[in-house]
Amino acid sequence: MIAEKPLTAAQRDDLRIISGMMIPESDEYAVPGADDAVIQGDIVATLGRDTRMVAAALDHLAKLAGKPLAELDEAWREAVVTEFRASGGVPAATLARVILQCYYRDDRVLRSLGLELRAPFPKGHVLPEGDWSLLDPVKARGGSLRRAP
Amino acid sequence: MHDPVDVLIIGAGASGAAVAYSLAETKMHILCLEQGGWMKPSEYPSTGRDWEAKFYGEWSTSPNVRGRPEDYPINDDNSPIKVVNFNGVGGSTVMYTAHWPRLHPSDFKVKTLDGVADDWPIDYDALTPFFEENDRMMGTSGLSGDPLSPLSHPPMPPQPLGLSGPLIGKAMNKLGWHWWPSDTTVATLDYEGRARCINLGHCTPACAQGAKASTDITYWPHAIRAGVELRTQCRVREITTNEHGMASGVVYYDEDGVEQFQPAEVVIIACNGVGTPRLLLNSASGKFPNGLANSSGLVGKNLMFHPYAQIYGFVKEPTDSNRAPPTCLWSKEFYDTDLSRGFVRGYGIQFVRGAGPVFEAVVGEQKGILPWGKDHHRVFRRLNGHRLGVSAICEDLPEEHNRVTLDPVLKDSHGIPAPRIDYTISANSRKMMEHGLARGRQILDMLGATDICINSPIPWGGWHLLGTARMGTDPSRSVVNEWGRSHDVKNLFIVDGSVFVTSGGVNPTSTIQAIALYVADQMKQRLANLFD
Repeated sequence: MIAEKPLTAAQRDDLRIISGMMIPESDEYAVPGADDAVIQGDIVATLGRDTRMVAAALDHLAKLAGKPLAELDEAWREAVVTEFRASGGVPAATLARVILQCYYRDDRVLRSLGLELRAPFPKGHVLPEGDWSLLDPVKARGGSLRRAP
Repeated sequence: MHDPVDVLIIGAGASGAAVAYSLAETKMHILCLEQGGWMKPSEYPSTGRDWEAKFYGEWSTSPNVRGRPEDYPINDDNSPIKVVNFNGVGGSTVMYTAHWPRLHPSDFKVKTLDGVADDWPIDYDALTPFFEENDRMMGTSGLSGDPLSPLSHPPMPPQPLGLSGPLIGKAMNKLGWHWWPSDTTVATLDYEGRARCINLGHCTPACAQGAKASTDITYWPHAIRAGVELRTQCRVREITTNEHGMASGVVYYDEDGVEQFQPAEVVIIACNGVGTPRLLLNSASGKFPNGLANSSGLVGKNLMFHPYAQIYGFVKEPTDSNRAPPTCLWSKEFYDTDLSRGFVRGYGIQFVRGAGPVFEAVVGEQKGILPWGKDHHRVFRRLNGHRLGVSAICEDLPEEHNRVTLDPVLKDSHGIPAPRIDYTISANSRKMMEHGLARGRQILDMLGATDICINSPIPWGGWHLLGTARMGTDPSRSVVNEWGRSHDVKNLFIVDGSVFVTSGGVNPTSTIQAIALYVADQMKQRLANLFD
């Protein structure tokens, strides 16, 4: 397999800016933004098969912006990103997805959501049995299968 | 050249495993060729912190996205519903929700009852003992006594209702509509060497616990102990025939990519509704110029998917999220024909009890209900862990223009022509889907759900691949006879979903396996004159 070409420094800068616009830091929920260095490191390190699509998205973003996102004022940056989301197609959707999939596995974020910091296996989860008497009306109503000749 | 075998089975998935197990008692020399390998549960997604991210890559349900060496590409550009499957020992039972309804008795008589499509040449009663045997072998859980489903006897109790089940049950009771805990192939007790379910979460991309039945851990160990040989990483290119028009064996590529010929007395195809017609069409020869077993011209035609109309929303109460198997309940309230609804036939309902955080975030962003910016966190906390969904699984009637052919350009890694799908959703199905969405909205309204979203059809929802080598008694209107033997090639059998005449409104795997066991039983009863 041919190794994917890594993102350029300029692409990584724009990735960081747009990540922070998507999910900013929050004191209220005690969570970092998606532009956090650890989360950005996770995104870049695990791009894998998505690298080409994400690079295409960032190239499209750069074309819309005309210069690095960091150099735009806030209003212009918002306008560029709005256009990017409207016109970016599958590459833009892929970029959003890789940001979200790395953000929502970060320890600090999961902790804030009240989720355990672990893989599902081998501990699993406990499921309440629930109220089986809810089925009583269904049983009482009954019914029959349509007859087949 | 290899020594001839008595029976050669192509495909080690749901139906290939069942037919191999059943025929093993004959003590014939049985060989199964499978294009994939054995699964490694230690590598299943739920063993890692990045379990949800894997669904978008190497554990995608789409072979085109997944792109493993054992996958073959599928050109489904001309279809609103994309094919999903899995290739390996266990086939798509490795990657399914384990939802386990059966076709209803009325599903086998749609022409007689409703004047559409065709009746099957067999009825439900012919399959009853094989449904029961299959449920024991796969190890099902459920609650016997559903008044609107065929009687089943799951050997294990149903999954807990969890948090989501009672919410749905209360809403359905207020509406006065049928609901019932679904039969599943998730073990709720330790069963035949399988550990019980510990709620790893979403079951579809394989179960690391081994609680979900897939044929690599149910049928295959029994079949191999009984003497069946399973040869993996072997992709069959074509079925060959002799001067008498009988199948003589197959040409395949072994794990090193070397072309091999395997002679056989009997060939059984178990590659499901896309792989089977692809193989038959790729087996065209001078004697069979339109593809093998295709004198009817119906190989590849009448493809049925089951269009899914899904609607979901978010409730105030916590739901099971990723802490439970994804499906737990079904409804048959709208299963049978009621012409006042504006369409013929009907649909089953599957209830979805939640999603994991990454999936929720990704889909929420795509649907536009999860904003960017400072409000992101507040909205995400309202959505995550609060989803409930309703999916109408609509009966797809056979139409010849919905078909599998060979793509003129696309090929797999061995250079074998890939399948091309041409499919449209019929007007009848569209009306059925609209009805399902409207009823789903009533259910969600009753639940007080907000942020309602719709997937209709579910685009990557082509799990059920049916009808492309249908069974029947008339050789001009069917590919195989009423016990699975090709009309044209008398030592060639098909046992997978492609033999379905109609699709019913339920997940088909239980019925596919019952048919495979039924065909095997018919073969065993006719061994002395199998080719007459």
